[in-house]
Amino acid sequence: MIRDHDALVVGAGGAGLWAALELAKAGVDSAVLTKLYPTRSHTGAAQGGVCAALGNQEEDHWEWHMFDTIKGGDYLVDQDAAEVLAREAIETVIELEHMGLPFNRTEDGRIDQRRFGGHTRNFGEGPVKRACYAADRTGHMILQTLYQQCLKHGVKFYDEYHVVDLVTEGGELGDGGRAAGVVAYRIADGDLLVLRSKAVLLATGGFGRMFRVTSNAWSLTGDGVALAYRHGVPMQDMEFYQFHPTGIVGIGILLSEAARGEGGTLLNDAGERFMKDYAPNLMELAPRDMVSRAIYQEIRAGRGIGGKDYVYLDVRHLGRKVIEEKLPDITEFARVYQGVEPLTEPVPIQPTAHYAMGGIPTDLLTRVTRDTAHTVVPGLYAAGEAASVSVHGANRLGTNSLVDLLVFGRRAGRQMAADVRGVGMPAVDSAVIEPVRAELEAIRGRKGGERAAAIRRDLADVMMDDVGVYRDETCLRRAQKAVGELRERYRTVTVHDTGTTFNTDLLEARELGYLLDCAETTVASALARTESRGAHSREDYPERDDTQFLAHTLATRRDGVISLAYKPVTITRFQPKPRTY
Amino acid sequence: MQVELRILRYDPERDRRPHEESYRVEAGPMDRVLDLLHRVKYEQDGTLTFRRSCGHGICGSDAMLINGRNRLACKIRVDQLGGKRITVAPLPGLPVMKDLVVDMEAFFAKFRSVQPFLVNDGPVPVRERRQSAHDRERFDDTTKCILCAACTSSCPSFWAQPAYVGPAAIVNAHRFIFDTRDDAAEERLEILADKDGVWRCRTIFNCTDACPRGIHITQAILEVSRAIVERHA
Repeated sequence: MIRDHDALVVGAGGAGLWAALELAKAGVDSAVLTKLYPTRSHTGAAQGGVCAALGNQEEDHWEWHMFDTIKGGDYLVDQDAAEVLAREAIETVIELEHMGLPFNRTEDGRIDQRRFGGHTRNFGEGPVKRACYAADRTGHMILQTLYQQCLKHGVKFYDEYHVVDLVTEGGELGDGGRAAGVVAYRIADGDLLVLRSKAVLLATGGFGRMFRVTSNAWSLTGDGVALAYRHGVPMQDMEFYQFHPTGIVGIGILLSEAARGEGGTLLNDAGERFMKDYAPNLMELAPRDMVSRAIYQEIRAGRGIGGKDYVYLDVRHLGRKVIEEKLPDITEFARVYQGVEPLTEPVPIQPTAHYAMGGIPTDLLTRVTRDTAHTVVPGLYAAGEAASVSVHGANRLGTNSLVDLLVFGRRAGRQMAADVRGVGMPAVDSAVIEPVRAELEAIRGRKGGERAAAIRRDLADVMMDDVGVYRDETCLRRAQKAVGELRERYRTVTVHDTGTTFNTDLLEARELGYLLDCAETTVASALARTESRGAHSREDYPERDDTQFLAHTLATRRDGVISLAYKPVTITRFQPKPRTY
Repeated sequence: MQVELRILRYDPERDRRPHEESYRVEAGPMDRVLDLLHRVKYEQDGTLTFRRSCGHGICGSDAMLINGRNRLACKIRVDQLGGKRITVAPLPGLPVMKDLVVDMEAFFAKFRSVQPFLVNDGPVPVRERRQSAHDRERFDDTTKCILCAACTSSCPSFWAQPAYVGPAAIVNAHRFIFDTRDDAAEERLEILADKDGVWRCRTIFNCTDACPRGIHITQAILEVSRAIVERHA
């Protein structure tokens, strides 16, 4: 079956929903596809806040936010994009308030703001109150508010439709072809459907599930990033993957940076605030890559708690009122998932795989680009964590993921609405279903191979152990070999469930393929970048190398071989400097 | 320790009716029921089907009936369930699609029926609308809803009368009715004054017990009921 919409949005997190809202307001025939229900999207898990230089609590300027974003990203940020981010953060946050988002309030009824890591006043002088928040469920409220507004404006949703392929016209996307729609798998009954479209937005989020310890939802398997890659679009800056410092030990559930923003401290086995040795100025509010490395260093030096692989997050001194009013959810997480009472005990934490700075390369208008010359792929757009515009560079600052999806989700919707006018519907027929139908049938019918769960577990282990906070040539070579072997094993992946009704066994096998694509480019890009920058920390190359590597990595696969190219960073206002806090 | 997991299974392609199957899995006291379900699916039987996403009680995907009560599988630990046998079944009162997966469409339709969005057609200010912390606090509790359906599907009034709009929809109406920035309280109260609206509530408190977010649902329903009565007074 074929259906037509002028614009399609794949993914119903914050970026996808805001784009859909703009399309609906512009009167464009459009629809959102999500493999979940929209309110299940992982934007809802974001906790601490969304930064915008409102200046409600103290003096602040978008230029300061822009600078912090660039320095936080270790100068791999495209500065024109950071300017868009910091400027439009202000109007998008205000617009969210107008949509009904229940922000915490100041004494005089304005949006309250608090401190967050790496966000400073006057170009690095000290912490500034910039994060607007709704308790510690800011992401939940953003997701709910945007979904509510989508309902109000009659957005069409395809809930529980798993996008399994992109449809192209006039050749592959890497060769000048145009995006012409998607193939979607209806989870309820296994029906495959072609949705033709003049414009397709990939807002499918990240791929944290390639790591063993992660804050990411089970659904974050890099679907959109991998589908674009399979059609010739590069993956950009994949070696930059953020480990958030404060995850629950072993299971990775996040305890928000807001805990430190409100005054929480990090302690080693001796009870010392060890951040004084790593970032004497910002202390616990240093950027995440630095704090995660500091925790690893403490653990390596035997100063983990009891000599083990974790340290303490301590919020006891904040008092019951602050903890219960401003950090209620994470307090409950510590109670439920660790059996620890944050009011009276320090909370054991360790870094957890959290956020992909890399993804699908786009320009400032969210249009996907396919090479170092910024050549636009017609009809294809990306926003949110799936995209790399790049506002996060080598390390994202806390709250900027939400700012990114608001600012660029909104831009995506507006751009698509403008672009679809005067363009004809692509001429594709239902035969485009056949390759993916054959693949799914092959998995269903295969006997004797290995199930996805075992391969995914081994992938998560190798990525965690060899491609984590610290890397070197030896471990990356080992990972490269291992991922290659896992790809071989994946060729004979099998399922127990061969039915058509709600077959999650089959879809998880499909998702594993996406994770393997993301993993192979992550390893290849990390191996080639022989420097340390932001979240990419090479022990064999500890220095940043601006002569060679002030550039984005573009990883493309052709005929089974990955090739890497480098695209210069856009610098407008701030020349790269050593990064200290 | 070994735990016996007794799961109500149903595959419309193979089964004429639901039936219980038993699995033995290794479990520690801090494991969640979701961990055990994953262990079954990944190590024993890949056909076992359930929804889940965030894995920490925020997305609302994995509400199910665990030891006779509606819970999120990712938020209830083995040690909280006391014994070595755990029973798992789909949410009651909703059509089962397969195993622990229920059809949520009717549930979401009821949510949509109460205008669950801010309505304010006044002039848009340049900056944020002002709201005092006190006025913000008035509806704080009902902003926590994750639409998991644990409440509505635990409600005997809903089981008896499936047309009842149900606790979750009322919670989401409450979130806007008591928001000082909203102008559509009248319309929502009119919708909920219907025979299948708030009056179906018998204050049984099952919903409040079931809510994984700790929302005081019955109280929210009573506040909406009171607002309807006061409107006519």
